[in-house]
Amino acid sequence: MGMTMTQKILAKSSGQKSVKPGMLISAKVDMVLGNDITAPVAIKEFEKIGAEKVFDTEKIALVPDHFTPNKDIKSAEQVKLMREFARKMGIKHFFEIGQMGVEHALLPELGLVTAGDLVIGADSHTCTYGALGAFSTGVGSTDMAAAMVTGEVWLKVPEAIKFNLIGKPGEWVSGKDIILHIIGRIGVDGALYKSMEFTGEGLEFLTMDDRFTIANMAIEAGAKNGIFEVDDETLKYIAQHSSKPYEIFRADSDAEYVEELTIDIGKIRPTVALPHLPENTKTVDELDDITIDQVVIGSCTNGRIEDMRIAAKILAGRKVHKNVRCIIIPATQMVWKQCMKEGLFDIFIDAGCAVSTPTCGPCLGGHMGILAEGERAVSTTNRNFVGRMGHVKSEVYLASPAVAAASAITGKISSPEELMD
Amino acid sequence: MNYTGNVIKYGDNIDTDVIIPARYLNTSDHGELAKHCMEDLDKTFVTRVKKGDILVGGFNFGCGSSREHAPIAIKASGISCVIAKSFARIFYRNAINIGLPIIECPECVDETDEGDKLEIDLENGKIINYSNGKTYKTTAFPEFIQEIIKSGGLMQYIKNKK
Repeated sequence: MGMTMTQKILAKSSGQKSVKPGMLISAKVDMVLGNDITAPVAIKEFEKIGAEKVFDTEKIALVPDHFTPNKDIKSAEQVKLMREFARKMGIKHFFEIGQMGVEHALLPELGLVTAGDLVIGADSHTCTYGALGAFSTGVGSTDMAAAMVTGEVWLKVPEAIKFNLIGKPGEWVSGKDIILHIIGRIGVDGALYKSMEFTGEGLEFLTMDDRFTIANMAIEAGAKNGIFEVDDETLKYIAQHSSKPYEIFRADSDAEYVEELTIDIGKIRPTVALPHLPENTKTVDELDDITIDQVVIGSCTNGRIEDMRIAAKILAGRKVHKNVRCIIIPATQMVWKQCMKEGLFDIFIDAGCAVSTPTCGPCLGGHMGILAEGERAVSTTNRNFVGRMGHVKSEVYLASPAVAAASAITGKISSPEELMD
Repeated sequence: MNYTGNVIKYGDNIDTDVIIPARYLNTSDHGELAKHCMEDLDKTFVTRVKKGDILVGGFNFGCGSSREHAPIAIKASGISCVIAKSFARIFYRNAINIGLPIIECPECVDETDEGDKLEIDLENGKIINYSNGKTYKTTAFPEFIQEIIKSGGLMQYIKNKK
């Protein structure tokens, strides 16, 4: 029996010729990631068993991004613990304020993850790097601690669902609309324990930023990982960002999938996930007037340069609605600098947006844009659970940067088509 | 190892944001986390949960964020075991890694009500519901996972192996 892309990477990393779904393996990790919420728990576990050194000082990344710049004393203490651990262990990739960015935007940008890698991170959206043709999955803090000691992780080899993408997306349809559409179709546990493998002729119309967004939200369908077939676009990105050796894994022609779905991305309309689950999707066309109080454009899902450019395109020469607060957060320092260079900040500020330094803050109701009771936000983030961005009676509508920017202007959930024809 | 306790029951897709909201994640103190367990879903949970109680949920229990604070908060609140129709995969790993027993048993979840008294026999893969008089078979964990549980969690397992 042939293997999927995921299964091939797991076989390589566990030193086996082949693996089958359901097998429990111990695999070598190429990168272990933790943030200011999960790493402190991992560090305590690491120290509890008396471990004295990490398995590899260059294969661990510590990114304080969730509550940073530190929102309160307790958060500052957590980052201090990370910083001191990084120094003591000689961990190379600790990112201080000024170098840090939202972890899943930062690591690919710096070339720390690449095609064929096996990456684990104590953050559920670690699945983002599947866009590069890596196996990449979220784990917990104890898994992170164990991997920092041994360089290995226990994994169950997943079954796979194949997504054959066909067609060319419309002008205002991006990776976010595609992944929301897919989650709406299969549900929040539609890919539970499985890998989502993306392939097909439609890939040629998807930029790397689109693919990062799609792989990022694989977890919102319950998946273990999302992975894209490597093509010229991937190789171009890798050449620009990484000097690490990489390896391309392609699925065998007789690889086994529990399900194969063909998605015509040309037919997808701008899509929104309504409260309180990412599977509650509707196209913007299907919605009545839904007035909003806040817009957030940023996060590991949609804080990259293309997201900023599309928001700027729509906000240019327009004003944010008087009843709306629009917060824009470029995900990394490099995205920030690029925004400055291209004059995007002028557009944002003139439109009446607030621009923040990189942080995950508002996405998880941490800081920098918490919602009050009864408030409603359109957000380019990834979760709209009860209380996710603030009060338990607040509401989050997940959308693309294009829909978010258009909604900021009109004060209600809107398609960019309403403004841009 | 057997666990006996009364049931506190919730529905499908119980996410880790409601199990422990992010606003409390600036600490990893177990007692502090337990104080806010389930707060955004059920404010009464922390006042009525008793040591040994069994948490029952539907499909996709523990979905969302990878925060290990979620199973930690549940365990520290006194819950002895979680039974669900299915678990989100990171929550599943985290629970095993920290030594919180979890069991998938859709039939038992369907036929169990809030307040029922259950006994769980992990080794023999059995759940007894004393309130409805039924017994349920559950699938035993793979040997490797049983080893982790027996060691009291992943870190101890690693330490023992060294």
